[in-house]
Amino acid sequence: MLSIDCPHCGQRDETEFVCGGEAPTGRPPPDASDDIWTDYLFGNANPRGPVHERWLHAFGCRRWLAVERDTVTHRILSVRDFADAIGHRP
Amino acid sequence: MSRRYSALALFRNSLTGNRDWDPVWRSPEPKPRYDVVIIGGGGHGLATAYHLARDFGVPRVAVLEKGWIGGGNTGRNTTIVRSDYYYPASTAFFDRSVTLYERLSRELNFNIMFSQRGMLTVAHSRAELDWQRRLVNAAQLAGVDLETVTAAEARRLCPILNDSSGMRHPIVGGMLQRRAGTVRHDAVVWGYARAADRLGVDIVQNCEVTGIDRDAVSGAVTSVRTSRGVIGCGKVGVAVAGHSSVLADMAGFRLPLRSFSLQAFVSEPLKPVLDIVVSSAVLGVYASQSDKGGLVVGGNADPYASYAQRGNMPAAEAVAAGLVELIPAFSRVRLLRQWAGIVDYAHDSSPILGLSPVPNLYLNCGWGGGGFKAIPAGGETFAHTIATGEPHPLIRAFSLDRFRSLALVDEAAAAGIEH
Ligand SMILES: Cc1cc2nc3c(=O)[nH]c(=O)nc-3n(C[C@H](O)[C@H](O)[C@H](O)COP(=O)(O)OP(=O)(O)OC[C@H]3O[C@@H](n4cnc5c(N)ncnc54)[C@H](O)[C@@H]3O)c2cc1C
Ligand SMILES: [Zn+2]
Repeated sequence: MLSIDCPHCGQRDETEFVCGGEAPTGRPPPDASDDIWTDYLFGNANPRGPVHERWLHAFGCRRWLAVERDTVTHRILSVRDFADAIGHRP
Repeated sequence: MSRRYSALALFRNSLTGNRDWDPVWRSPEPKPRYDVVIIGGGGHGLATAYHLARDFGVPRVAVLEKGWIGGGNTGRNTTIVRSDYYYPASTAFFDRSVTLYERLSRELNFNIMFSQRGMLTVAHSRAELDWQRRLVNAAQLAGVDLETVTAAEARRLCPILNDSSGMRHPIVGGMLQRRAGTVRHDAVVWGYARAADRLGVDIVQNCEVTGIDRDAVSGAVTSVRTSRGVIGCGKVGVAVAGHSSVLADMAGFRLPLRSFSLQAFVSEPLKPVLDIVVSSAVLGVYASQSDKGGLVVGGNADPYASYAQRGNMPAAEAVAAGLVELIPAFSRVRLLRQWAGIVDYAHDSSPILGLSPVPNLYLNCGWGGGGFKAIPAGGETFAHTIATGEPHPLIRAFSLDRFRSLALVDEAAAAGIEH
């Protein structure tokens, strides 16, 4: 069971959350090539190790969170409100 | 002594205490160079190597496996084989695979124990009945033996189903594929390994690929770096299931895949009680009973990316709850074992097969929770693709290119559950 430390609600079980997948990279400009759009729409880093994700605290504060998580150890490395994380993501 | 398996060979070997059997495959040192290197010793990698040697006479083929062959998803799956898909490209491919499975024991001289006990997928609402009818119509147009059944027929096929009294989502009917069933998973691995080995394929275990070298000018693959040294190669086939993105990263590109943990469970052995595969998408569970009497139970993947190969409790609880709702008589059965495999899903839940952005590197991935049934056809078509450099006609629709042209084969909606 994952335990995610929501910045608003505190430590909660994974069943309260919905994983929204990998945090998106920047949206390409409209005239970007098909390859770039294809990768933006479908491509994933899908790393074995740390990954930046979006999680929705669906049965809690209903805020979107920016979660850094290790896909091998399942360790949660950091949790921030998504609004705070925008622009700060490494 | 004949190396064929037969009743006579069994008898003869019993006289000498079963000490004289040949090893099922050799364990050679890797050669410095191969014509084709297959990365991944699961069912798909081994079947591909077998077909490369048998159908195309490729002289030097190696299968590199980081652990032991069959230690990935092929040895962790719930072994359901069926072809009740929706889109014509899928039914053509998966029905070919079922047909190949039907004769595989004979072809490989290895008993894969294909038990065509039939698979019943129950429906719980009028809307689901309509959807199943649509699926059945599509399958029948494609020549697949899928049929609808009434609620009474479903209960006759599987008398221990919940009788629906007090069921939140009562069972109102279902669909049935009679040719569907289960196969002994290890036997598929060992059977293909033995057949490939006898055709000269080198199966190299404990050999993890850690890097992929490419020609500076053409970009083509030239060699793979492994835990047992650098191995030169003409072509590379990647068949590593949940680790496909990791291998793609080594070769310098990204795939439209996400890797998840998919769990399965086996119960304590019971007297024969379930002689069909039964499944419910609404309840998120399916089950069959093995020859040893254990219930083999599966459900949906854990809902976030993972390479942990173990799975978490919430998904396990959902499967147990679904099983007890589907078959209340199982409520006191104890589960003996639980495990997980790492399955890779594309957005449309269809596999990704064929060419990659890297010259001479070919892809066999995206099987998600449903690629065991695909092993014979996967091996046959992947070998063709690698040997000729052209995608086999049966897999053209499953190219990586389909994401660029938005020609998805959206089976994600069709199955509703992994297997
Ligand atoms: C719990 C569960 C239930 C399932 N149930 C069903 C079912 O009922 N029916 C069905 O059709 N399918 C089912 N599946 C899916 C099926 O198991 C897979 O789609 C199929 O086995 C994939 O075969 P494969 O040969 O591609 O992969 P695998 O069998 O996983 O083989 C890939 C191999 O690649 C190796 N590898 C990875 N990285 C490297 C590296 N860097 N170097 C060398 N080797 C490497 C791995 O060790 C592994 O042995 C299930 C899967 C799971 C996990
Ligand atoms: Zn919260």
